[in-house]
Amino acid sequence: MKTKLFLSLALGLTHAAVAAAKLNVVATLPDFGVIAQEVGGDNIKITTLARGTEDPHFVDARPSFIRVLNQADVLLEGGAELEVGWLPPLLTGARNAKILIDGPGRVVMSRGIRLLGLPTGPIDRSMGDVHPAGNPHYWLDPANGKIMAGQLAEVFSRLDAANADAYRANLKKFSDRLDQKIAGWTKALEPYRGVKVVTYHKSYEYFAERFGLFVVGQIEPKPGIEPSPTHITALIPRMKLEGVKLLLIEPNRPRRTPDYVAKATGARLLLLPDKVGAHEKVTDYIGLFDYDVAQIVAALKESK
Amino acid sequence: MKLKYILALVTCLSALPLAAQVNAEVDLLKQQLQAVKDAFEKAQAESRRQIEELTKRLDAVAQQQSATTNEQQKWRDWMNSPVTPGRTPLPGERAWSAADPIRLAGGGAASYLNLSFAALVAAGGSTAKNIEALQLGGHDPKQRGFTVQNLELTLDGKVDPYFRGQANIILQIDSAGETVIEAEEAFLETVSLPWNLQVKAGQFFTEFGRLNPTHPHTWDFVDQPLINGRFLGGDGLRNPGVRLSWLVPTPFYSELFLAVQNSQGETATSFRNDHEGEPFLGRLHDSGSVKAFNDMLFAPRYVASFNLSDAQTLMVGASAAFGPNGSGPRADTQIYGLDFFWKWKPAHQHGGFPFVTWQTELMMRRYQAGAFTEDLDGNGALDATDADLNGDGLLNSVPREMLTDYGVYSQIAYGFQKGWVAGLRADFVTRSRRAAYEAVYGNDPDRDQRWRISPNLTWYPSEFSKVRLQYNYDRRSHIGADHSIWLQFEFLLGAHAAHKF
Repeated sequence: MKTKLFLSLALGLTHAAVAAAKLNVVATLPDFGVIAQEVGGDNIKITTLARGTEDPHFVDARPSFIRVLNQADVLLEGGAELEVGWLPPLLTGARNAKILIDGPGRVVMSRGIRLLGLPTGPIDRSMGDVHPAGNPHYWLDPANGKIMAGQLAEVFSRLDAANADAYRANLKKFSDRLDQKIAGWTKALEPYRGVKVVTYHKSYEYFAERFGLFVVGQIEPKPGIEPSPTHITALIPRMKLEGVKLLLIEPNRPRRTPDYVAKATGARLLLLPDKVGAHEKVTDYIGLFDYDVAQIVAALKESK
Repeated sequence: MKLKYILALVTCLSALPLAAQVNAEVDLLKQQLQAVKDAFEKAQAESRRQIEELTKRLDAVAQQQSATTNEQQKWRDWMNSPVTPGRTPLPGERAWSAADPIRLAGGGAASYLNLSFAALVAAGGSTAKNIEALQLGGHDPKQRGFTVQNLELTLDGKVDPYFRGQANIILQIDSAGETVIEAEEAFLETVSLPWNLQVKAGQFFTEFGRLNPTHPHTWDFVDQPLINGRFLGGDGLRNPGVRLSWLVPTPFYSELFLAVQNSQGETATSFRNDHEGEPFLGRLHDSGSVKAFNDMLFAPRYVASFNLSDAQTLMVGASAAFGPNGSGPRADTQIYGLDFFWKWKPAHQHGGFPFVTWQTELMMRRYQAGAFTEDLDGNGALDATDADLNGDGLLNSVPREMLTDYGVYSQIAYGFQKGWVAGLRADFVTRSRRAAYEAVYGNDPDRDQRWRISPNLTWYPSEFSKVRLQYNYDRRSHIGADHSIWLQFEFLLGAHAAHKF
């Protein structure tokens, strides 16, 4: 009886050890999560905090996240003050040394990425919600996806050396696929290089830079500030003058003002997922660009 | 000769249609050439335009890039240059002068000390004669005209690899125009203790219920709920002490707290508080001194949270506070509380909107009040050393008795559009029965039944400012109904502390 008990206990322990061997990775945004999944494969377990349909600056610090962060081996955060409004108290509550600011499992996804919109002069809050560290919506350039995957492979290999080869192989597979895809997307959008667009928030700057869209302005007068009549009445003639073809908004934005602007200018209003999960058809990183590029091409073909 | 002429004539005549034919062909060719030329020029113009546009954009990008690198180089040079009055300022930057703000945290990643300042000011009035008695909260608007409710300076940051520190220094301007300063909170908190433990030590708000540990500028209403004012005090339940918390390894979030704090003073109103010599619950109080460990204030709390769906979160908690009170020997107070918070925020949210929150707290206080006699010197005659509380010229005394009070508030906030929140709160407080001392001194408004309804509307121009309009309908038993209207303004400078759930 005693041996049986010991045996089951020992089995239980080894079982726990095996389960613990799987790296427990927590991602603030689904985009970081899906890239980590590509690199980590079956050797990691991913939990994502924010949903793709949410405004990433205003995620509720749900208490269940404290529990999740408490158990995490790795935390993937966007950096550039993306989650400054909700992550810090969760981390205090989670009391997990592995994911503290200098912890072995703390990963800032923006590392190594050239951030756009770095303020060059003095800034203050009268300019709206300007991020001193630069525009944090960088995952919308698929080339940055490769940089993020590269860092993840490095971190996973360091924390789980036994599977380093698998991580390296997954990284190569993902990077190659992404390279091929980038070439395809670039080709698909080639005929429309220089097409003028207006966005709601400065969310598509990286996408526009990669694929040659020309962002003329935003529906928001200043980052994070709601559209005002003064701004909209100035924006409409400017859009007409510039010949703006597309109005790109994230699916979670209110439609009323963008609808009005689209009608007044003849620009086509396009709900363009900015994150994985922002549309039900967008379930992985490559799928995000497949969907967005197809949407833009279809819209521009129609408006020709 | 004639023949020659005729021949020439004939030749000319026959050549005429030929010439016409050639001319037509030339015209056609010319037209074609023109068309080709036009198309070529058009294409060339288009290419030129495209080249120009691309060059312009390339220039802009290059310029931006070089500006950034130049900027970075200049910054590096500046950082490395010795600190002297003559140091070259950065472009757009002057040399520091005494009138300039002091920056404690450099931009970007450096974060040694987050500094923020929140100002909460209200204007309005009430039909109540004595507004100070109507509004129980220490930071509530309390007079007709303007009230500076709360000027709060918050400092926080990581102390070292082991602790996080926070201090909230409050300034307030009272109705006499005096500026009052309060060390509201100043505590350190461990960052990563083993076994999921966390210790907080210093001066801090007791984690009792949902509202007590929060600061006024985060509240959904202009004033404090009545149960908080009556049982935990106008300035909230807070004192120096230490608190241990344990993140319980349940599949859902749950946390257990135990605080041990000093039990005396005005920030522990239901405990060892002398009420500045004023009668409280029909007795004069003496804050006494700590003689044993159980003369401290003990406050346990358990809180759990469940995700009801992708869009709904529920948080429930149970709290208690135990400690001696100042009404006599072996006189203890027990306060029990239940709190409930539900939030709905759809999967598609923009700037945190829309949302609905529903928050409810219930509290019960059992106050063991000691026997009290106005005959303080015990000589049986009313003289100068005695306290004739009701001025009836008699030596009254009240027996030792248990005073039980309870109450509830429930509030709903609906963020219907980015920046706009409509709220409704209902308050109710009452005593379980009329006490013996109330038979002597009359109904005590600090225990008598009272309810209040408060609708409000808040506009947040940004996360750093708000304007709020609130109406209160108050009904106090044995006093009557009152109407109050308050307009509240807030601004926030510096680091905006992230919101806890």
